[in-house]
Amino acid sequence: MGTIGVLTRRNVVIVLMSIELILNAVNLNLVAFSRMWGLQGQVFAIFVITDAAAEAAVGLGILIAFFRNKETVNMDEVDLLKW
Amino acid sequence: MAPVATPFFFYFLSGLALVSGILVITRKNPVHSALALILTLLALAGIYLMLYAPFVAGVQIILYAGGIMVLFLFVIMLVDVGRAEKERQFNKQWLVAIAATLGLGILFVKVFTASKTLAELLKRPLAQLPETSNTQQVGFSLYGQYMLAFEIASLLLLVAIVGAVVMAKKRI
Repeated sequence: MGTIGVLTRRNVVIVLMSIELILNAVNLNLVAFSRMWGLQGQVFAIFVITDAAAEAAVGLGILIAFFRNKETVNMDEVDLLKW
Repeated sequence: MAPVATPFFFYFLSGLALVSGILVITRKNPVHSALALILTLLALAGIYLMLYAPFVAGVQIILYAGGIMVLFLFVIMLVDVGRAEKERQFNKQWLVAIAATLGLGILFVKVFTASKTLAELLKRPLAQLPETSNTQQVGFSLYGQYMLAFEIASLLLLVAIVGAVVMAKKRI
């Protein structure tokens, strides 16, 4: 689901949301297996949530800076580094 | 401890998570997407509760549904939704996207069915539930065994905060 979102949407905000979906799938797996293995999975899931928060903050910061420069949130307009 | 995990609740919650996940990637309006994402996160928190992980469920609700989603909605309000909505919302990568997702899914299933350790793991009796509370256990291992990782995560958060402020600021 998340991969489809990342690859098909043109709105950067929704692409970031799709990344959150992917990270949540990872978390679900970790917690489900920690049911059998032990507590480590849950601890790791908490670290993944921390990383997701950091990633969301930086990604949205980049998005705001980009919107200020280009006045759009369209993925296809992100081509400043294109040769 | 009596099991709280009834099949009905499991199927209800996972179905809710799946449907609202599909809504996240198909809605045109990003605000609707964000609300569907909140629903997905809450359903996942419910599933965590069923898996005897109340601390992770709490963190999920407070951090994700509370913190990150407020950030998302704030940024959606900040950028111009009205004009962006009139533009074309999807690029023409459907085939690539579905192929990639199917490939990943097949890989996932293969790994799950081929792994021997996993097969042994699934035969194990379900979790020896600790006598002390789950939050206490997570706390002990977070501040004991995973101390270094915890400190690195805090450093990562600090860098992320500074980076986000620097990038979102008009002039530094």
